[in-house]
Amino acid sequence: MTTPELKSLLHVRNLKMSYGGIQALRGVDLDVAHGELIALIGSNGAGKTTLLKVLAGLLQPASGTVHYRGTPLMHHAAHQLVQEGLTLVPEGRGIFARLTVKENLQMGSYCRSDEPSIDRDMQNVYELFPRLFERHKQLAGTLSGGEQQMLALGRALMSRPTLLMLDEPSMGLAPMMVTKIFETIQEISARGVSILLVEQNAKLALEVAQRGYVLENGLITSSDSAAKLLVSPAVRQAYMGS
Amino acid sequence: MDTFFQQIINGLVQGSVYAMVALGYTMVYGILGLINFAHGEVVMVGAMVALSVIQLSISYGLPPILALLIGLMVSIAACMALGYSIERVAYRPLRKAPRLAPLITAIGVSMVLQTLAMIIWGREYHAFPSLLPNGSHILFGAIITEVQILIILVALAMMGGLLLLVHRTRLGRAMRAVAEDPSIATLMGVNTNSVISTTFMLGSALAATAGVMISANYGIAHYYMGSVLGLKAFTAAVLGGIGNMYGAMVGGLLLGLIESLGAGYIGDLSGGFLGSHYQDVFSFFVLISVLIFRPSGLLGERVAERS
Ligand SMILES: Nc1ncnc2c1ncn2[C@@H]1O[C@H](COP(=O)(O)OP(=O)(O)OP(=O)(O)O)[C@@H](O)[C@H]1O
Ligand SMILES: [Mg+2]
Repeated sequence: MTTPELKSLLHVRNLKMSYGGIQALRGVDLDVAHGELIALIGSNGAGKTTLLKVLAGLLQPASGTVHYRGTPLMHHAAHQLVQEGLTLVPEGRGIFARLTVKENLQMGSYCRSDEPSIDRDMQNVYELFPRLFERHKQLAGTLSGGEQQMLALGRALMSRPTLLMLDEPSMGLAPMMVTKIFETIQEISARGVSILLVEQNAKLALEVAQRGYVLENGLITSSDSAAKLLVSPAVRQAYMGS
Repeated sequence: MDTFFQQIINGLVQGSVYAMVALGYTMVYGILGLINFAHGEVVMVGAMVALSVIQLSISYGLPPILALLIGLMVSIAACMALGYSIERVAYRPLRKAPRLAPLITAIGVSMVLQTLAMIIWGREYHAFPSLLPNGSHILFGAIITEVQILIILVALAMMGGLLLLVHRTRLGRAMRAVAEDPSIATLMGVNTNSVISTTFMLGSALAATAGVMISANYGIAHYYMGSVLGLKAFTAAVLGGIGNMYGAMVGGLLLGLIESLGAGYIGDLSGGFLGSHYQDVFSFFVLISVLIFRPSGLLGERVAERS
């Protein structure tokens, strides 16, 4: 049991994917170990969302391998992955606007059948985000952007993720809300959930992460400990404007 | 006899049938953005299968009520299988095709079903045996038969059951989630294909029941009965706001009432020039007016939200 496929939680090698003629991923290598919080940064159009969609089974890669918990990912249909603990909070949150807040959370636990612990998890989400409890009967489409992001996070927690993938959770949020969301991400990480965090806000992401990857034009151009990336002149110049 | 109340009763009965069929159109549209023009033929198949099973049961000496129940059950099962197959064979391969493709396919499926029905059951009108007590009651000076009372009650029960299913169960939540965004629903672990199949089967079960109701009410069934009925139920769905389940129910009842009041008074209104057989004109007048003046229907939000 020493091959890297079996050791890391997520093991991605030479992953390629294209939309018609456009090559969005040109051979991505990436690992997430159990319990890690990994930041993936990159500019607009670098292929971050594409990578997460492939990992969540929504897009089929052209070539390359993905092992999740030691098994090739392609062995599962997209809807079976969440049952395996692989959960994506998509870009733009993807809440169900015409379902109530509570129903959205229930959708998060769709693939579970352990009713008593589902109830307990819902209580936990409400404790984490009291705002959601106050609005649990409201249609999710009427929530503010920040509340919708809380709902998206809460809904993801309802699936009891092993590996949580977050696609730009800070997008479009006021600074206060960004702080709140990042505190929550750290809290989730502290509970032992492995996290792959995609962010435009490179500084913030690298401050909370243990390791980081930089994705440019479909290729990983650097990967290092988050602390080192934070002080790397190249990264600072490209992603932090200094 | 009071014409007004009589037409109200007739309209409610007819409207219940429209509502049940309209729900099938609206649920499929809600989840796939597709107008399943073959749905009317499912109603016809429901009536025909029930007719054959009832004739067979009677010939084996079963009591009429039992024969009707067995006929209804078999017809519901057959139509659910049919609805499942239509989606699986005709629509699923076209899920990513331009919208015109499934629409044309739907018309093709209707023609195939109609032709098959003609081959199996022939071109003639079949008498649908009357299996229920022939009693009737006087209500506000109008006559309502026991069959009509039963039609309204069964329609209410089935529609109520469907609403509970859609709004109170895990399956119903999944259906609404898929209708809103299939790929996000997939991320939640929903098998969208099986939810879509289930939606077709539920709509077909309602259609089968509607087919039996309408045949029992008029006492006839024939291979061509699905097309005009389907078009009217589609009108009802558009009138209520396609994609909206409450809209389908309201639209169905309203269309039944409009049609029946129209038919009751058209003679007086036109000085005897036009007879009650012009009642179909009202439905299509409603369809055209809604499409021109309020394409989103009475309860619909926006139209053309998907492209
Ligand atoms: N559905 C699609 N069809 C065609 N091209 C696409 C599609 N989705 C993404 N692309 C292209 O693939 C490339 C990568 O896009 P992707 O969305 O993965 O970038 P991203 O890193 O998430 O960017 P952002 O930070 O703006 O969200 C881009 O060039 C984009 O234009
Ligand atoms: Mg993106």
